[in-house]
Amino acid sequence: MTAPTLPAPSGTRPRRPAPAARPGRHVLTDTSAMIGRSLRLVRREPDELLLALVLPVMLMVLFVYVFGGAMSVGTDYLTYATPGIVLLCAGYGASNTAIAVEQDMSGGIMDRFRSMPIASATVLVGHVVASVVKNLVTTAVVLGVAHVLGFRSDATALEWLAAVGVIVAYIVAVTCVATFLGVLVRSPAAAGGFGFFMLFLPYVSSAFVPPGTMPAWLRGFAEHQPVTPVIETIRGLLVGLGSDAQPVADLGPTAALALAWCAGLVVVFLVGAAWVFSRRRRQ
Amino acid sequence: MSPPLVRATGLRKSYGSARRPVRVLDGVDVTLAEGEVLALLGPNGAGKTTTVRILSTLLRPDGGTAMVAGYDVVHDAARVRQVISLTGQSAAVDEKQSARENLTMMGRLAHLPRRFVRGRVDDLLHAFDLGDAADRRVGTYSGGMRRRLDLAAGLLTRPRVMFLDEPTTGLDPRSRQTMWEVVREVVADGTSLFLTTQYLEEADQLADRVALIDDGRVVAEGAPVELKRRVGDAAVELTFTSAEDVARVGLVGATPDGRVLRVPTDGSVAHVRDVLAAVAAAVGVEPERWEVRAPTLDDVFLTLTGHAARTRDEEAAA
Repeated sequence: MTAPTLPAPSGTRPRRPAPAARPGRHVLTDTSAMIGRSLRLVRREPDELLLALVLPVMLMVLFVYVFGGAMSVGTDYLTYATPGIVLLCAGYGASNTAIAVEQDMSGGIMDRFRSMPIASATVLVGHVVASVVKNLVTTAVVLGVAHVLGFRSDATALEWLAAVGVIVAYIVAVTCVATFLGVLVRSPAAAGGFGFFMLFLPYVSSAFVPPGTMPAWLRGFAEHQPVTPVIETIRGLLVGLGSDAQPVADLGPTAALALAWCAGLVVVFLVGAAWVFSRRRRQ
Repeated sequence: MSPPLVRATGLRKSYGSARRPVRVLDGVDVTLAEGEVLALLGPNGAGKTTTVRILSTLLRPDGGTAMVAGYDVVHDAARVRQVISLTGQSAAVDEKQSARENLTMMGRLAHLPRRFVRGRVDDLLHAFDLGDAADRRVGTYSGGMRRRLDLAAGLLTRPRVMFLDEPTTGLDPRSRQTMWEVVREVVADGTSLFLTTQYLEEADQLADRVALIDDGRVVAEGAPVELKRRVGDAAVELTFTSAEDVARVGLVGATPDGRVLRVPTDGSVAHVRDVLAAVAAAVGVEPERWEVRAPTLDDVFLTLTGHAARTRDEEAAA
């Protein structure tokens, strides 16, 4: 190999003048660069991408053809369970953000970001946005498979829009919890544990069976955990039914509760993530 | 005289719990002048990385102060970050992005104009011999390529001070040579360099000045030549069949050590031949084996600190 030659110093940009300490000035540039980065990283994670596409198909087949026949929920089980499968897949996909964040925290790249004049917390924003994009794709796949299997919605365009909005809110909420865990834990295995949790949380809600069929102690949890109002809202918007398979009269209070849960989770865990993030490496 | 570009005074840092703190830095004083290359030389666990992390604003010191380009690394971290670049030990690039994507991203994060970044990235890829692999994912790169990319990523902005933490640890000799050439180019470009290394040879090759760090303190400082003079030059080591043979050699400046006789040398063929001839004439017995040994980090430590260089792990095991 020949001796490398650096680009001519004279022809390039001069050394920076007296620095101005305003790291917030470039927040938009930093954020968009970080979003671009996270989206590229997500696209190049073949295992995760495959899982995001295969999991919906598997779950759909499992619920509709394996369990579906034995379920009696008062309506066609495909109609009843599709919103739940949407949330299950999106929530699981969002929980994997914890792994990506943990990798960044333990890798050398965070040192580089922190030693540059950027708002390094924007790296977390990149992960959140990438998670929303990725899991909306998953959601589209779930709905596509459901459609092929015979799922039909009588929702208006406005109701569809509202349903997608609630799904996005749910994805963002789960992603924020995942981000918090990602900056908190110190190993990939611990970060992966959240995915396991999110894979099971929807089962103890009104996603797949009416909570009324559960024993009282479990029903208490099922009726008061965040997944239930989110599910009820989406099911109400898409197929107009409640967990008891009866038409819903007024969806307002449930939707408000769902959005309140999501907003609460976002605020608490995003603040927590930012707090841990800023302290973890500089002790 | 202008003040030094980097000045650390009495840096202290401990890790671990408040009850059982592990002291890593115990009053590090070190400076780097504008245009200078300083090598912080020491064994594993001496405090090299911790010092660099404090100077590059990643870590707060427990005590002492550090100024870079006139700004305090704790209170004015944002300003310090404008003039430095850090290339740490673990590769600070994304494995799933290509070299070009990594550099372009870093260019945007450095807030450089897009068109400038495009040209600069091409120049750097070419200069660091990564042109052919520019669009391949970094995950497929060799260790040497990764280090070069890492270094290139720190050079998008032409920083005033570059911190390089053990740039060639774990590289094969050929990649190490290439890395040294690249580093020399960076220095020729006018960047002041704060380098850490475990290798005396590397410090000798690259640095204007060496600061020897041991157990959290800078124990010696000086130009490589000066340091080596204090340690002594290379030596011819002659191994005889018995210690009596060694004792019978009356060579000026030679030190006996069991069956081994050490004779300082400049390493030239002529001198080594003279030494061998003189030894053969004096004893009448040829030595069994001979080798020329250059002073190592161990020799430096033995001479300047009175004990061998020990890593933290060994201390913990002891």
